[in-house]
Amino acid sequence: MPPKKKDAQPNVSAEELKGYYRDMLMIRRFEEKAGQLYGMGLIGGFCHLYIGQEAVVVGLEAAAKEGDKRVTSYRDHGHMLACGMDPKGVMAELTGREGGYSKGKGGSMHMFSKEKHFYGGHGIVAAQVPLGAGLAFADKYKGNDNVTFTYFGDGAANQGQVYETYNMAELWDLPVIFVIENNQYAMGTSTQRSTKSPSYWERGAAYGIPGEEVDGMDVLAVKEAGEKAVAHCRAGKGPYILEIKTYRYRGHSMSDPAKYRTREEVQKMRDERDPIEQIRDLLLTGNHATEDDLKAIDKEIKGIVNESAEFAKESPEPALEELWTDIYATEVPQEA
Amino acid sequence: MATEILMPALSPTMEEGTLAKWLVKEGDTVSSGDILAEIETDKATMEFEAVEEGTIGKIVIPEGTEGVKVNDVIAVLLEDGESMDDAEIDDSQSQQPVAADKEQSSETAPAAAKTHPAPAPSDRTPDWPEGTEVKKTTVREALRDAMAEEMRRDESVFLMGEEVAEYQGAYKISQGLLDEFGARRVIDTPITEHGFAGIGVGAAFGGLRPIVEFMTFNFAMQAMDQIINSAAKTLYMSGGQMGAPMVFRGPNGAAARVGAQHSQDYAAWFMQIPGLKVVMPYSAADAKGLMKTAIRDPNPVIFLENEILYGRSFDVPVMDDFTIPFGKAKIERDGDDVTIVSFGIGMTYALEAADKLAEEGIKAEVINLRTLRPMDTATILESVRKTNRCVTVEEGWPQGSVGGYISGVIMQEAFDYLDAPVITCTGKDVPMPYAANLEKHALITTDEVVEACKQVTYK
Ligand SMILES: Cc1ncc(C[n+]2csc(CCOP(=O)(O)OP(=O)(O)O)c2C)c(N)n1
Ligand SMILES: [Mg+2]
Repeated sequence: MPPKKKDAQPNVSAEELKGYYRDMLMIRRFEEKAGQLYGMGLIGGFCHLYIGQEAVVVGLEAAAKEGDKRVTSYRDHGHMLACGMDPKGVMAELTGREGGYSKGKGGSMHMFSKEKHFYGGHGIVAAQVPLGAGLAFADKYKGNDNVTFTYFGDGAANQGQVYETYNMAELWDLPVIFVIENNQYAMGTSTQRSTKSPSYWERGAAYGIPGEEVDGMDVLAVKEAGEKAVAHCRAGKGPYILEIKTYRYRGHSMSDPAKYRTREEVQKMRDERDPIEQIRDLLLTGNHATEDDLKAIDKEIKGIVNESAEFAKESPEPALEELWTDIYATEVPQEA
Repeated sequence: MATEILMPALSPTMEEGTLAKWLVKEGDTVSSGDILAEIETDKATMEFEAVEEGTIGKIVIPEGTEGVKVNDVIAVLLEDGESMDDAEIDDSQSQQPVAADKEQSSETAPAAAKTHPAPAPSDRTPDWPEGTEVKKTTVREALRDAMAEEMRRDESVFLMGEEVAEYQGAYKISQGLLDEFGARRVIDTPITEHGFAGIGVGAAFGGLRPIVEFMTFNFAMQAMDQIINSAAKTLYMSGGQMGAPMVFRGPNGAAARVGAQHSQDYAAWFMQIPGLKVVMPYSAADAKGLMKTAIRDPNPVIFLENEILYGRSFDVPVMDDFTIPFGKAKIERDGDDVTIVSFGIGMTYALEAADKLAEEGIKAEVINLRTLRPMDTATILESVRKTNRCVTVEEGWPQGSVGGYISGVIMQEAFDYLDAPVITCTGKDVPMPYAANLEKHALITTDEVVEACKQVTYK
């Protein structure tokens, strides 16, 4: 994807820019730490890192307001951090400890926060897509103006339930933003090897859903597109599709040898398109921040991430009784 | 010739209705398509049309009559020039349903309450001839070899699924198959389980022998409808004209630390379905011999593998064409104190338990079922008649378990031989937790099997 020309004067304040830098860096450092802990055997099972895709969630969260919901796949750590969930609770879930968001019972792929309106963390590819539309259905039913960000991958975009959902979402004008995180691979399958349709967002046209392609390595472009989509949804005009072109630097999960692409391809992306480097450049060249400002942010993030790792190591394993809890509810959970 | 107009059935469940209103009167001429009457069922008011032309000779049931039975005569239709007096009623036209011959069925002896086929005598021939050379092979290699051999043998066999070709399989089961057989026969699909399972079934209808890989069986849930409604039932629904000779395969059950949505044993689910055959191998020899049989079988076969077993090595005979028939269990250990029945990864616990029990002088007979449908109940029963005790072992959940079925069979067929109730050892009745300590407790353990065996032997 060709680098897009950025607006000379982005429509955001220096503080906001620094905030995006910080949030993206937080995800990156958190994921690097998670990778380390996995290597040390503290995290088990599947662990899907978000490194490279940070601008997607940070840009879209910048367009969200309190009350908006989000739901995604197993590649969910970035989404949780971006919507304000506590890194300690996320990391402790990765290590399967009592202090984790699901008391250690969900793991990397299955985490939830009612408080932050984060509805998971789903392990079955594309199953979250109708769920997201259902969340939007509930908001519309209740008559509020919340929207639901429903994230899924390019691989997920081929599942049939996505299109069943598109049809109903448009039919019923549901306030849902379908966010296709097109990182160009579904495990080892590149998009070219899984579809001949030229783009994913255009598939919405068959159902009457508008959408657009977005440069997912540019947090400001993501934010701008997000604002447009949100406005469409909040105005009661129904769903909107954002196909966000992004890239994952790491393997699909920790056990992926990644032979389906070259090192050069990954390196080129990192060198030329890295979302964090781009915003860093913008901050420095635009005199919105000094090297020292950024160093201070780096330091702060490092502290938070280390603290989360410590917490995740020290938090005890869940009590054995937890095996038998949460299978049935005794009362209807209340809306946060 | 006059025709009787009968009270119509306007829904599949309607037995009677109200003749709400006549829209014609005696003497009216009607032609087909004219509305004759309005009839109320319990669900709706429906219009009832004439199917023939003629003159209404007589209205037998006046409007407003409730509880008119389906097929009662409600009016008589006369042909041109006919009058009611000379009307000769043609009964054959008024399709009276053939009354169900209830008497006859009550005469036949009450059907035996058996829900499972009577077992054939058990077959104890060894899987391969004595003295055959064997080679240590992993379950992974055995599966691959079996598919490769069958693909060489039969051009119509092909493999499709996610990441099976270029990636060589998410769990490397199809390693090398793309190289050998090319992209025509080793096919990467998009992530669309319901779609490609259906395409597989259609291809099987069309004369091919598909092997459909699910990256794991957790994702086969997306495709459940095609597996059960299309693959399993079509042979029956088509009166034997066409079916789906194919294999659905992939890892099933818990791996390690992959959480609730990726850790489930579907053995009991699939075992319930008539029309499917269900295989769950334990060793590499099982995997190879049964996979070859599965590919050749003229029915849809669910082949439940296990990620943890993939890397384990076992003896596999070096033979040109090694197959294991379905419905033949294997006695892995002889013993006469207690029968342990298991399959797939459950065998690991069963065999470990047998070793531990042996140290304490309890001799367990361990049966590896290998196929769950058809199930070799003859071997189980024969063993239970000898040991008088049975413990089943599986990873799946307790309610509606494979062990529950087995214990039902034993109760019905060998009740008098039992010296203790059958104990079914299963996974805990909870979704799989992620936390390491909880996961360990959710899974079945060898100690639980040992404990159950002691309980039934009163030791
Ligand atoms: C229904 C289903 N099929 C297969 C899988 C195995 N699987 C997990 S992730 C994945 C690739 C998904 O790719 P994509 O949607 O592009 O998301 P990304 O991993 O790139 O974020 C596959 C095939 C699954 N979890 N669920
Ligand atoms: Mg992808």
